Amino acid sequence: METLNYRFEHGSRALTAQPQVVGVVGSGNLEVLIEAAELDGACSIEIQTAAVGFGAIWQAVMHDFQQRWQLANARISINDMGATPAVVSLRMDQAVQTMLGDAA
Amino acid sequence: MNWNTLQQNRAVRLQRAATVLGSELEGKSLPAARIADLLHAVLECGDRVCLEGNNQKQADFLGHALANLDPARINQLHMLQSVLALPEHLDVSERGIAARLDFSFSGPQAARVARLASAGKLNIGAIHTYLELFSRYFVDLPPRVCLIAAEAADRHGNLYTGPNTEDTPAIVEATAFKQGIVIVQVNRIVDQLPRVDVPADWVDFVVQSPRPYYIEPLFTRDPAQISEIQVLMAMMAIKGIYAEYGVQRLNHGIGFDTAAIELLLPTYAESLGLRGKIGQHWALNPHPALIPAIEAGFVKSVHSFGSELGMENYIHARPDVFAIGPDGSMRSNRAMCQAAGHYACDMFIGSTLQIDLQGNSSTATAGRISGFGGASNMGADARGRRHASPAWLKAGQQARAGRNTIPRGQKLVVQMVETFREHMQPAFVEKLDAWTLMEQADMAIPPVMIYGDDVTHILTEEGIANLLLCRSDEEREQAIRGVAGYTPVGLGRDQRMVENLRDRGIIQRAEDLGVDKRMATRDLLAARNMKDLVRASGGLYQPPKRFRNW
Amino acid sequence: MSRPVSYQEATARERLQQLFDADSFEEFLPPSARVISPHLGQLNAPVAFDDGVAVGRARLNGQTVYTAAQEGGFMGGAVGEVHGAKLVGLLRRAVQDQACAVVLLVESGGVRLHEANAGLIAVSEVMRALLDARAAGVPVIVLVGGANGAFGGMGIVARCANVVIMSEEGRLAMSGPEVIETASGVEEFDARDRALVWRTTGGKHRYLMGDCHSIVADDIAAFRAAAAQAIATLAGQSAALSLSALEAEQQMLEQRLQQFGQLRDPVEIWSTMQIPDAANIPMLDVESFIATASKRRMGA
Repeated sequence: METLNYRFEHGSRALTAQPQVVGVVGSGNLEVLIEAAELDGACSIEIQTAAVGFGAIWQAVMHDFQQRWQLANARISINDMGATPAVVSLRMDQAVQTMLGDAA
Repeated sequence: MNWNTLQQNRAVRLQRAATVLGSELEGKSLPAARIADLLHAVLECGDRVCLEGNNQKQADFLGHALANLDPARINQLHMLQSVLALPEHLDVSERGIAARLDFSFSGPQAARVARLASAGKLNIGAIHTYLELFSRYFVDLPPRVCLIAAEAADRHGNLYTGPNTEDTPAIVEATAFKQGIVIVQVNRIVDQLPRVDVPADWVDFVVQSPRPYYIEPLFTRDPAQISEIQVLMAMMAIKGIYAEYGVQRLNHGIGFDTAAIELLLPTYAESLGLRGKIGQHWALNPHPALIPAIEAGFVKSVHSFGSELGMENYIHARPDVFAIGPDGSMRSNRAMCQAAGHYACDMFIGSTLQIDLQGNSSTATAGRISGFGGASNMGADARGRRHASPAWLKAGQQARAGRNTIPRGQKLVVQMVETFREHMQPAFVEKLDAWTLMEQADMAIPPVMIYGDDVTHILTEEGIANLLLCRSDEEREQAIRGVAGYTPVGLGRDQRMVENLRDRGIIQRAEDLGVDKRMATRDLLAARNMKDLVRASGGLYQPPKRFRNW
Repeated sequence: MSRPVSYQEATARERLQQLFDADSFEEFLPPSARVISPHLGQLNAPVAFDDGVAVGRARLNGQTVYTAAQEGGFMGGAVGEVHGAKLVGLLRRAVQDQACAVVLLVESGGVRLHEANAGLIAVSEVMRALLDARAAGVPVIVLVGGANGAFGGMGIVARCANVVIMSEEGRLAMSGPEVIETASGVEEFDARDRALVWRTTGGKHRYLMGDCHSIVADDIAAFRAAAAQAIATLAGQSAALSLSALEAEQQMLEQRLQQFGQLRDPVEIWSTMQIPDAANIPMLDVESFIATASKRRMGA
């Protein structure tokens, strides 16, 4: 297993709803837990992944995710079992959209 | 000068067979227990032997008998077969009965083929695409003996090959009309055939095998395994390519990606008003996943390479759609269907394992010699084609706009692939594994499934790259990088160039196509599991046991 | 009548969302509490924030029930220490709050072997907690309709419940098909013959043998209706085990063994039970099946 941490400062979109979880920790899949958190406007992402050595790819995926959503005061926690970047991006977008409800 | 050597030699072989079988040869029919004696009698060392080894059906009884001959008596055979499917297909070489092999596909045996080749036990003449191999049967590789499989024979030796006719007509014609010997295993011998697929005049020996010939359901895909990513890609294919070019005549390479497209026709394509405008005529095996689209009125005709286990009753109940004879049962024909896929279809779409920066696509990987089956034929521009269609003209215009060249159409050849495969293997690479395989297996050129010049579109979860519109190698490379996602190839893109390509419509993202990613769920599939397919068929489709969960 | 929503295909959380009254599910120890397995990290295996089971309470037609749903996608729904403790806690809470019913959405291969003794103990504690709940007057209803079925210790747990509701896609047994084949040979049981596996362990056979009380289509709405029906029926009865009920069950099992013990395939059993066109049973839709089976099944 590998643990990866990312933090993006100066987000603009705050989340107010209850924590949401999306996805299942099965082969090729992941679960994404998204919560509001006091982080001085930052978005923090922690990933526990069974696929070791792909830090550069995770970095690029998280960067693009934050470009899309600009989250502020959000904590995202991920348990990953070898999902491809396509599935990771999909689940993370689904998690945010679930949080935002109709406002997405 | 003796101009009749073939016929005379044939007569000698037939005489040997008659002598060794004696009264057990009744007309053309012999008992299964005497098959080894027959083969020892009619074969001669160095013969070209064509064994069915089709993609689907296998003349397994005859293949097993061949693999168990005495190599001291029969050796140096030159084997010709479409597919190396069963272990005995390689035993023939490993045991020293065959010395040379020309084939098209070896999926199930690919690793063993590579091992035997590198150990010097397998001398591969060449790997072909199916139609190419059949063609050589009529030029420089006529079979001296062919070992085929049929459903039934009558007492004269007429054969019924039925829905699983596949390669048989091409093989038998090439053999019979060069004075070769045709040996067939049949499931049963009857007084009256439903129809005659091969006339008795062309058949020399008939043996009823102890068990029906082996056949696998290779074209069945359980909708339960289709992912959301594949649904998204299918939506982009339908909107960005099928609708855009008005693709009416097509072939799908088998896979879950294309199964997703088939299952989205009655739902997503219907919602776009595309029924009647796309997907009416298919060169395709009877895919169970196509049932909902047929029932919804999308599909006018399906001509097939072979049949598919479990689909028999459904096919029988839809005679307007499938290739049904006067007797009411289907006939397939791989040679003609491959020709149809080459000349009479406006689009091929299928998946692959690797694509390089020029768009060359291959499923060749180190340690596995698998060949490509029919993909190289289907996924190639048909330069001999002359009749026009809207899709063909539009593709040709896009390729030639702004260039000083005479107008021509072009076939759409779409490679559809997720950027990462299992175990985070990237589908986009700087250099194909095919180069490594070339060295390992001592091939003249790297084994490429579809050449970059023929690929017109690459579709990934990141979008569609239209290579027809590219005007330089650099544009082509960046267009490919621009849909290669987070693979090293994708991360190596020139951001500015890719944005420019997107502005010009050479790269299109889902948003550019008007595809709403949030709609890309499995709920969009017209059938989400095998039971749904059975229901869609009104209970006519009977999935093989391995696909059932009831 | 809306399009059926597959129970089998839904995740545990989707089943909870769609089976109970809209937005009524209140979770105990939600994922944000991060009560995860203490064992999997040591094995370098990924964890799930809810350890593969969501527990809490919800409303069914306005009535509050206590519920848990196992996530088959995480480790096959297998029960580890935390997972089991959540189920035990739920059952004890249901007793404490005098719940009208507990509805367990079971999808599990049984004990999570990765957690060794902790997993074994967890499952046995679930059995005990379920029986305690029944003894305290809280009826337990089990739904089995996921792709992984209810096997191993969770198969046993299911049969400890008052009512078992299955779809034909659901499976209920102890040993898994591969285990039987490995132990006893392919002639005894061919695990790759899926039609055989479902004939033997699937909802229809279980219904005919009296191991499940109700069979429904693979549709969340159908499970919902059957659960509500079961709760209504159980409301008028004692939830506890009784000697007479156990003796009746014992008698049924002895009868089964006596009548069918020598037969090789469920189709032979169904023929012996005088079910018309027994070989065609797997192909019948639910309504047709119930019509032919409900009078002839064991325990009818």
